[in-house]
Amino acid sequence: MSTHDITVTVNGTATSASVEARRSLADFLRHDLGLVGTHIGCEQGACGACTVLIGGRSVRSCIMFAVQADGAEIQTIESLAPGADLHPLQEAFRRHQGLQCGFCTPGMLLRGLELISDNPDLTAEEAREGISSNMCRCTGYQYIVDAVLDAAAEMRAEED
Amino acid sequence: MTIPKVRQHPEHLEWVGKSIPRVEDPKFLRGRGNYIDDYEVPNMLEVAVARSTMAHAKILSIDTSAAEAVPGVVAIVTSENVTDHVNPMPDFGPSPDKHTWYCLAVDKVRYMGEGVAVVAATSRAVAEDAAELIEVTYEPLEPLTDMLEALEEDAPLIHEALGSNIPFHRKFTFGDVDGDFAAADVIVRDTLHWGRSGGQPLETVGAVADYDAATGMMTIHVNSMSFTHFLFLLANTLRVPSNKLDLQPHPSGGSFGAKFFEVKTATIAAMMARITGRPVKFMQDRLDNIANGDHHGSDRYYEVELAAKADGTLLSTRYKVVDNYGAYIQFGVGQHGNSLAQAVGPYRMSSIGYDLTAVLTNKCQQGAYRGFGSEVGNWILERMVDLMALELGMDPVDIRRMNFIQPDQFPYFIPTGNVYDSGDYEAVLNKTMELSDYKGWRKRQAEMRAEGRHVGIGVCTCQERSVFSATEFWFWFDEPVAAPVTSAPESVTLKVDAMGAVTATLYSNASWGNSPETMVAQFVAEELGIKPEDVSVVYAGSNQGMPATGPGGSRFTIMVGGAVEGASQSIRAKAAKIAAHLLEANEDDLVWEEGGFAVRGSPDQRKELAEIALAAHMFKHSLPEEIETGLEASHVQDHPYTTMPNPERTNLGVFYPFVGHASHVVVVEVDPETGRVEFLDYAAVHDCGTVVNPRSVGGQVIGGTVQGLGSTLYEEFLYDEDGVLRTPSFAEYLIPSALDSPTLRVGHNETPSPYTPYGIKGGGEAGRMMAPSAICAAIDDALGIRIRRLPATPERIVEMVDAANS
Repeated sequence: MSTHDITVTVNGTATSASVEARRSLADFLRHDLGLVGTHIGCEQGACGACTVLIGGRSVRSCIMFAVQADGAEIQTIESLAPGADLHPLQEAFRRHQGLQCGFCTPGMLLRGLELISDNPDLTAEEAREGISSNMCRCTGYQYIVDAVLDAAAEMRAEED
Repeated sequence: MTIPKVRQHPEHLEWVGKSIPRVEDPKFLRGRGNYIDDYEVPNMLEVAVARSTMAHAKILSIDTSAAEAVPGVVAIVTSENVTDHVNPMPDFGPSPDKHTWYCLAVDKVRYMGEGVAVVAATSRAVAEDAAELIEVTYEPLEPLTDMLEALEEDAPLIHEALGSNIPFHRKFTFGDVDGDFAAADVIVRDTLHWGRSGGQPLETVGAVADYDAATGMMTIHVNSMSFTHFLFLLANTLRVPSNKLDLQPHPSGGSFGAKFFEVKTATIAAMMARITGRPVKFMQDRLDNIANGDHHGSDRYYEVELAAKADGTLLSTRYKVVDNYGAYIQFGVGQHGNSLAQAVGPYRMSSIGYDLTAVLTNKCQQGAYRGFGSEVGNWILERMVDLMALELGMDPVDIRRMNFIQPDQFPYFIPTGNVYDSGDYEAVLNKTMELSDYKGWRKRQAEMRAEGRHVGIGVCTCQERSVFSATEFWFWFDEPVAAPVTSAPESVTLKVDAMGAVTATLYSNASWGNSPETMVAQFVAEELGIKPEDVSVVYAGSNQGMPATGPGGSRFTIMVGGAVEGASQSIRAKAAKIAAHLLEANEDDLVWEEGGFAVRGSPDQRKELAEIALAAHMFKHSLPEEIETGLEASHVQDHPYTTMPNPERTNLGVFYPFVGHASHVVVVEVDPETGRVEFLDYAAVHDCGTVVNPRSVGGQVIGGTVQGLGSTLYEEFLYDEDGVLRTPSFAEYLIPSALDSPTLRVGHNETPSPYTPYGIKGGGEAGRMMAPSAICAAIDDALGIRIRRLPATPERIVEMVDAANS
């Protein structure tokens, strides 16, 4: 199996690695970099548990090859709360119990971050449509929608 | 066992009943869940399973030579030698030797996706490369997926040793069924089909096994298998002594029953670990989980008759059920016990006839799925009550209301023998009607219909039994298992350290999306007068463990609540002795309040738990002689209320005694051209006794409802007549998205159980046990059709509309 040298910036840190051509970005993040917060649910791009941000846009890391990420700026769940405090979106998920088993949560949070960044004033309908990209098997989505809206309001207030 | 004593619940509760933020969440929010696939150890191998491409075929030969030549392959086990390494898998059905089940197919394959070989290699990718090179020569046999065809004389046999495709059949008569039907003015009949869906948690099942040849210890890290007190069964499968098997629990990324005693994954990992002498991980991929995950849900065909008087008084129900169990029985025997636990729903009916034929076919085997068969029983009964209302020209709400078991009739024994501990069904219904504005919606519905819109309203009133007893597994055996009544226990250890800090140790694999740590923290806080956030909750491996059963049958919160209560009593009893000594007071004069002991009438004379703990740990020799160092207690909470079936099995005893209730009112608009169902309103009121954490229960109700919606409209493991699985991925097996899901208005009614700590009843399976009934009724109402088969996919709805119009 041929290997390729890539350089990526993950959560602000530049990393060079030699990866197999077939190595998925999700496997690269999880196994080569130890960033296990990126989860694998279906490996066909359907469920969104593997969602990461590249250049601020959500991508499914299970159907992207690591070599395709060469030169990219990647953000994973591990970047959201590097210190003791949770990110406002994480706090909102906690307040509203926007999670149960936690498996979809990293992908949901990163997708939520993208939605709020695209449209800080998003409505409940827009939030619901926005997160319909990602499956959650536990919550029925309602408290996730509540959490995204509440976080957006809080982040707007912080901006002011 | 007799009826337990009626409890007096405390009037004031500090922490039980509060929506505290969940204890579990910070780690999940940070992506630090420690799921099984996050766990890696040095020198670890990974496994891939080669799966059958045929539904039913003899295995003639297996050639592994090309696979063995792949660099990185360490070991391969196939159908031809798997029996050299392991014993059969645990099978809870009657006569397991007649449908023997191994972790790989032996001699023949019995469903598409069944494992035929397993490869251990230096990476999953290498293992998969090699698995693809394994060549299996099959002799095709006639495939069989239809459960009614399976009953025919000339049907192909799934297990030749059984001599038929019927692993068990039993006809129960509870009460005077014939008499009630003879006395009926009206009998409605229907055939109904519940299609098989399953939990499909986003995280699949995984295991990391490590065998130490020096000590003989087999350690397996798992995200499944809660039944720690049944682990001797797995030890037998693995051929290790039961005291040399240690299971280390990891949080599950969802289960919904699908990881409930899932043992095959761990068996395969453990088998390969012992053969290779290296740690081995087996992490199912999605296809493994869908095709070969052992946990498809119920797949039932019913012929049902419901008898009533002309005024709508319900009398009796006769059920003739065929259940398609797939290729093996494994854990599915409990599913009809679940139905029988609440077979009359919330209604006064004096008899039940239940004729069950279990059938084996070329499908994957059944396991648990949220409701574990009782959700099917709810749907059938509510379908029939709706049909009766239609037949009698009654409002579906009125017929339900007039038949409710009344609050003063509890504890109420239903004809099957099970008891309903308590309830107030009318209060729940009234709250739901109010929450949904039922009357207002009926008016608006008329207006919208006048505009040509297809708007329907559906109502259901359903039970949610909780806390199973294992007696229900035996109902189907020809000879009753010659054993006394069993418990399904749950244990906890509470340790108060020298600083007064409290650690609670749990003994089952409890965390899979429910809130076990939050529940325990709230209970400990309540019992010991501390704050929930100050409780540390940890899990023990099974080898250091105590008897535990884990989540299932909506039992965990009640049972662990009892365990915490018992352990706390022991802690306080010892603490009282120490406090009495420190305060130079008589123990009888002490009162426990706000986390410490005070002398009655002299509140200033008190010792905090932390002071007592310090003395207990550090100053044993200054305390009375009988007091040992430390402040720690364990408690095994046994099943509070279960009795044996009678010998004739005309009464199955008490086996699921704490029975919650819920009512859902759903308003839908359906497009008859496309079959698309849109939710205009969804109101759900649940009564699961005393609510420990309202937001957490609300989350269970909403999530469960959306899963019920999936089973109702979209989800099915669909096999065609050749036995080909047509739904092998999330592209075909359709899980509801946010856009498919309604926004619920959730209400709680609280009728405390007289028999459980604080009056709690189970609530974890709520939603999925109700939604199918209410949604189907609403669609029927919108289109003037009758749904008889689930899932009622858009395609099937359009077919029903076309049939109604032609």
